[in-house]
Amino acid sequence: MSILDSKVPEGPLADKWTNHKNTIDLVNPANKRLIDVIVVGTGLAGGSAAATLAELGYNVKAFCYQDSPRRAHSIAAQGGINAAKNYQGDGDSNYRLFYDTVKGGDYRSREANVYRLAEVSSNIIDQCVAQGVPFARDYGGLLDNRSFGGVLVSRTFYAKGQTGQQLLLGAYSAMNRQIGRGKIKMYNRHEMLDVVIVDGKARGIITRNLVTGEIERHAAHAVVLGTGGYGNVFYLSTNAMGSNVTAAWKAHKRGAFFANPCYTQIHPTCIPVSGDHQSKLTLMSESLRNDGRIWVPKKKEDVQAIREGKLKPTDLAEEDRDYYLERRYPAFGNLVPRDVASRAAKERCDAGYGVNATGEAVYLDFAAAIERYGKEQAHVKGSDENDKALVKKLGKEIIKAKYGNLFQMYEKIVDQNPYETPMMIYPAVHYTMGGVWVDYNLMTTVPGLYCIGEANFSDHGANRLGASALMQGLADGYFVLPYTIGDYLADDIRTGPISTETSEFEGSERAVRELLDKLVSNNGGKSVDHFHKKLGKIMWNKCGMSRNEKELKEAIQEIKALREEFWKDVKVPGGANEYNEELAKAMRVADFLELGELFAKDALYREESAGGHFREEYQTEEGEAKRRKEFQFVSAWEYKGAPSDAVLHKEDLVYKNIEVKERSYK
Amino acid sequence: MSGLLKSTVGRKVAMALSAFFLMIFLVMHVSINFTSVFSADLFNQLSHFMGTNPLIQGVMQPILIIGVVFHFVMGFVLEAKNKASRGVRYVKNNAVANSSWMSRNMLLSGVVILAFLGLHFYDFWVHEMTVKYVEGDMSGLIDPNNVESGFRYYEELREKFISPVRVGIYTVSFVLLALHLLHGFGSAFQSMGANNKYTKALKGFGKVYAIGIPLLFVFIALFHHFTH
Amino acid sequence: MKLTLKIWRQKSAQDKGRMVDYQLDDVSPDMSFLEMLDVLNQQLIDNGDDPVAFDHDCREGICGMCSLYINGEAHGPDRGITTCQLHMRMFDDGDTIYIEPFRAKAFPVIKDLVVDRSSFDRIQHAGGFISVNTSGNTIDANAIPISKHAADEAMDAATCIGCGACVASCKNSSAMLFVSAKVSQFALLPQGQVEAADRVMNMVKQMDEEGFGNCTNTGACEVECPKGISLENIARMNREYLSASLKG
Repeated sequence: MSILDSKVPEGPLADKWTNHKNTIDLVNPANKRLIDVIVVGTGLAGGSAAATLAELGYNVKAFCYQDSPRRAHSIAAQGGINAAKNYQGDGDSNYRLFYDTVKGGDYRSREANVYRLAEVSSNIIDQCVAQGVPFARDYGGLLDNRSFGGVLVSRTFYAKGQTGQQLLLGAYSAMNRQIGRGKIKMYNRHEMLDVVIVDGKARGIITRNLVTGEIERHAAHAVVLGTGGYGNVFYLSTNAMGSNVTAAWKAHKRGAFFANPCYTQIHPTCIPVSGDHQSKLTLMSESLRNDGRIWVPKKKEDVQAIREGKLKPTDLAEEDRDYYLERRYPAFGNLVPRDVASRAAKERCDAGYGVNATGEAVYLDFAAAIERYGKEQAHVKGSDENDKALVKKLGKEIIKAKYGNLFQMYEKIVDQNPYETPMMIYPAVHYTMGGVWVDYNLMTTVPGLYCIGEANFSDHGANRLGASALMQGLADGYFVLPYTIGDYLADDIRTGPISTETSEFEGSERAVRELLDKLVSNNGGKSVDHFHKKLGKIMWNKCGMSRNEKELKEAIQEIKALREEFWKDVKVPGGANEYNEELAKAMRVADFLELGELFAKDALYREESAGGHFREEYQTEEGEAKRRKEFQFVSAWEYKGAPSDAVLHKEDLVYKNIEVKERSYK
Repeated sequence: MSGLLKSTVGRKVAMALSAFFLMIFLVMHVSINFTSVFSADLFNQLSHFMGTNPLIQGVMQPILIIGVVFHFVMGFVLEAKNKASRGVRYVKNNAVANSSWMSRNMLLSGVVILAFLGLHFYDFWVHEMTVKYVEGDMSGLIDPNNVESGFRYYEELREKFISPVRVGIYTVSFVLLALHLLHGFGSAFQSMGANNKYTKALKGFGKVYAIGIPLLFVFIALFHHFTH
Repeated sequence: MKLTLKIWRQKSAQDKGRMVDYQLDDVSPDMSFLEMLDVLNQQLIDNGDDPVAFDHDCREGICGMCSLYINGEAHGPDRGITTCQLHMRMFDDGDTIYIEPFRAKAFPVIKDLVVDRSSFDRIQHAGGFISVNTSGNTIDANAIPISKHAADEAMDAATCIGCGACVASCKNSSAMLFVSAKVSQFALLPQGQVEAADRVMNMVKQMDEEGFGNCTNTGACEVECPKGISLENIARMNREYLSASLKG
């Protein structure tokens, strides 16, 4: 029997959450005033949790590294948020949302958690509308929905292409109300650098004030981490520059198990890297694949000519183009799932067919769509369908109406007009399904330490469906954690304030100071970015879209060597007691260098392909992911010093309410 | 209501209200002046009414003076506060790229207009007040039926516009008034919260007003200068 | 591309600060402006100098963190974008580029180009919310229909990213575009109308206490706003404020 207890309540799936809420301990309102809770991170999960906890009466201290909670990276989510409202009357239900999420996650998520997620999803929409989130509406004044991510129903609510922004601003406004009332004390530009454990329970954190460099101790009865994903271990990703694993990793080092680190989602339609100076990647909505055809040249000499600028892609004859997705997946064509599309692009580019200077780009071509729409329009208007100029003009208008803002964004970044020449795209890291292991109550393996949102591992399995990240963040923060934390805090009503003047706080603070001092006095020869970029290259090349035993083993060695080199040779200018962005970066990269190795180790151990994790050894003859029954578990890693010493604990995944099936795109 | 004038929004509203009042006054002023172009008699009669009517002299005139003073003082107060809100100034500021010269220089155009008002008061109003109320000489007002010997308004007006220097100053001042109004007209409406589907028409009317009114004043001045 | 950069350097809030010249020789037109600064910083670090501090995070134009005043304009010469979306192809070889922090008394400099915009947060604390509990025990989302027109207009106001370009561009350092965007978003929705009067009074009061200047309707904010927030929002806020004051 595993030492991991998921604490999933008994009873039928649909009743678990209700029964659980009915039976867990509560803290009475008068006693909540005596209890302090720390929330680290103020994105959708952290922000909504802080607001709700404060509203319930707890004293909340919230922390973020940005200059305001409103800037958390949840803000960048474009598409939308799923909810089983069934407003469209197209047969949606809690069960169907649950089913789609588990299946989309390639049967690697915890049933009970996912069902609860589906169950509270409707509440999220009610709540957000009450808060003033301006979701898109139809002419009748009711909420509009779109279909997203290849599911069979329209259940995605959206606010233009800025749904994440609007939801985050909603959570931020709920926080503002509580900050105004004095129930949340907000610490902007603060980075959490350690969790303090007292008598086996999380009782506080150590932070660094990023403006003054001051090290601060903060105590509380419980600590909640909502600190996001770790995609930046790849250096280049669609994450924000500051997104980091530090809080989650420090928690891991203090006893929280880290689950499924190798589950990473790589999004196929991002703008390619333009050179070594590149600092981040920009996502283009997945919807573009509805109308764009993906191809590379068939002949290497054409590739060469295109790279040298001697040949334009538009001049290449149809028979010289390789529409590789349509060729390999005739049934789904350009609409194959994200992981498949990403791997196929990598395969072509690795074979030497990449179409830009770096050799890492494929074409996404709208010429056919423009012609198709143009002819349709000409027909509708009774004009000449053979008038090429007219057809092109009409077609462009339709494309502009559908994707105008994306095309404009592309042109700003790449300086090419995608109406005239095919877009160049390439996959990029953008979400991490793995994270800190939590039980049904969202508590980690450290009592009193909770983890919510992208930072935990629980709901998306090996692959996340579109428009589900926002749903999970808000579900955890608004509706799950505020209840389940009461069960734990009920025992703390007589504890009284937690003192920071204890040996545990002193020990943690000393450890943090030593680390900072070591970095600023290292006097090495290479900048932090140098190491981060190197780590990113290893991760991308050997732990990226497709992985194999040999390269994973190499990656483990290379990361280890790089980490040693980092500590020997990193150069951090300036001091520890001042605004010092290089120092803040160095602390984050130091943790990425440890996580990266555990990531590779986890990927090596998982001898199967599932969702975002693709092992070349485990694929069907058609090159599809091959899941293995013996790997139907969560890998939860216990920290034991170096990542190579991490100990694996397994949480078996049991599916009683859903049949485990093969994913097929034929 | 009492706190209204202390807030930034309230002060804008107060500026706008005084501006509206002054803009209405301008219309009246230019209308009366314009009669001098075609009828000395009508001009004299209107001037007589304005100069002797107790309601105008005792109530409207003080309100106008308060309005002018308020508009100016508030303008200076706002400018001082606004300057202080910046703190350290930019080394390079490319304001031309995002706003009109008029909008950025309301204080400058306002000060020129203020200077002109000084001259204008000295020319007409101080003189008039002295004659009427200090010296008690009402001789220019006694015979409403005899234009030649009675009213002196028209003659004085003609007199003033003989000097090319004065006409020059007058013209320059009204050009600046036009610039002031080109921004001020729309700005006053915006401050009062009027920005909607009628705004486009309002902006068009604002331009006509802002250029038209000063142009008429200048025309009157030039007319008298050249027909003397 | 070769560039001369004139950058505001200021060690801390207490330091006086000054413009310092830098030469950068190997700039690619495909770089974003912030990537160009990354290159400069790499060069400074390699030479043992203190890198230039500047705020940035998402680098895709939505978080509102980046805040540079480039050649006399907030977020530089291009329109409808933030600094992170500005690309070096907007400049020519041999150009001299002035880079300064967003200036306002209410945005004190923390270091170099980094400013403290917490005054914006405090304005939001004063009323930038709808007083509804987040427990989820509220009415169904479709219980109150909202006209598409109002919802779209509220959305347009809500796209504000709180970067502060409006304040930086305004000759008066006025924050009215920012405040009015939030006031408008809620005033346009039935859920927000319940406490609209209190909201506008409280937010304007806080805005004034923070030391932002008076709006003189120059319209610079609207031109420089990366999200195209309209001046109509300021007019709406003026209306809301006027009616709230007259009622109150």
